[in-house]
Amino acid sequence: MEKGTSTGKAWPALRAAFPYTVPILTGFLFLGIGYGIFAHSMGLPKWMAPFMAATIFGGSLEFVAVTLLLAPFNPVQALILSLVIQARHLFYGISMLEKYKGTGWKKIFLIHLMCDESFAINYTTEVPAGIDKGWFLFWISFLNYSYWVLGSFLGSQFSTLLQFNLKGLGFIMTTLFVVIFLEQWLKEDQHVSAVVGFAASLGCLAVFGAQRFMIPALVVILAVLTVLRKPLQKQGGRGQF
Amino acid sequence: MEMTLTQQLITIAMCVLGTMATRYIPFLLFPPGRQTPPYVQYLGKVLPSAVFALLVVYCLKDVSLTTGSHGIPEALALAVTVVLHVWRRQMFLSMAAGTILYMVLVQTVFAG
Repeated sequence: MEKGTSTGKAWPALRAAFPYTVPILTGFLFLGIGYGIFAHSMGLPKWMAPFMAATIFGGSLEFVAVTLLLAPFNPVQALILSLVIQARHLFYGISMLEKYKGTGWKKIFLIHLMCDESFAINYTTEVPAGIDKGWFLFWISFLNYSYWVLGSFLGSQFSTLLQFNLKGLGFIMTTLFVVIFLEQWLKEDQHVSAVVGFAASLGCLAVFGAQRFMIPALVVILAVLTVLRKPLQKQGGRGQF
Repeated sequence: MEMTLTQQLITIAMCVLGTMATRYIPFLLFPPGRQTPPYVQYLGKVLPSAVFALLVVYCLKDVSLTTGSHGIPEALALAVTVVLHVWRRQMFLSMAAGTILYMVLVQTVFAG
């Protein structure tokens, strides 16, 4: 294999990226199978869950979409719900503007396949030495995507065959975000933003309830961090921001 | 089923459109060729910590402290995850230990 060619960089990057995605492999296969079974049990054809997984690729919206598909036709409502449920991607995009620079044609995939898990890993992981950044980020995003599509395919095709003594396995996604949060906490030199995130989320959860707290929480986080910009930048100093 | 296949496909297309808009908008508004406004750069630096906290809360949003198992299995499993991670800093180890403990707890002590 020639060094420096695109394929020459792709394989080492795949081997470096795969271990980081193993937790997602576990979590997405499990959750994806659950989603496939759910969609099929609601009476949707077997191809529809993996089709939505492959085109929408957004876990919570896909569950909502199942209920939309069984309700009266209302495309405008579907569009608005999608924008609201997925609004957090705007935050991920803003945070990844720098890191996704210079990744060439892979950038379109990095944007297209953005999800909570790929954002979390791609943001916090240092690309290992000697590994091509673009390929590394691409494989993280692409592997996570394929796990989700595969899971929903297996769930909808084999819903009657699969047995569940795996209760609680979905908790791996919670531990993933806790570990990612911790990594970020141990790395940063001030925790204002993290504390604001917790306070806003818990406050909005208490006020708006589990189904509706995400958007208010995002708005509060944005507002508080905007107000705190001057003091934070002053404290950060040395052009950190 | 109330909807025709075409209507279902249009509904799915709307979900795709809404989702992709949220993914592409930041990159279309702030292309690499132009200087990203300092305010947006600042947000890019400070948002992740807050959003990671939000994602943790999101995962735990359905845990009830007053009913069922009172959030005890979640609290125990997360305590193990956090302590192990601060101690060893090995991502997969911390996650596997926390998840396996959680599965054992909800299938045995807190089953039902």
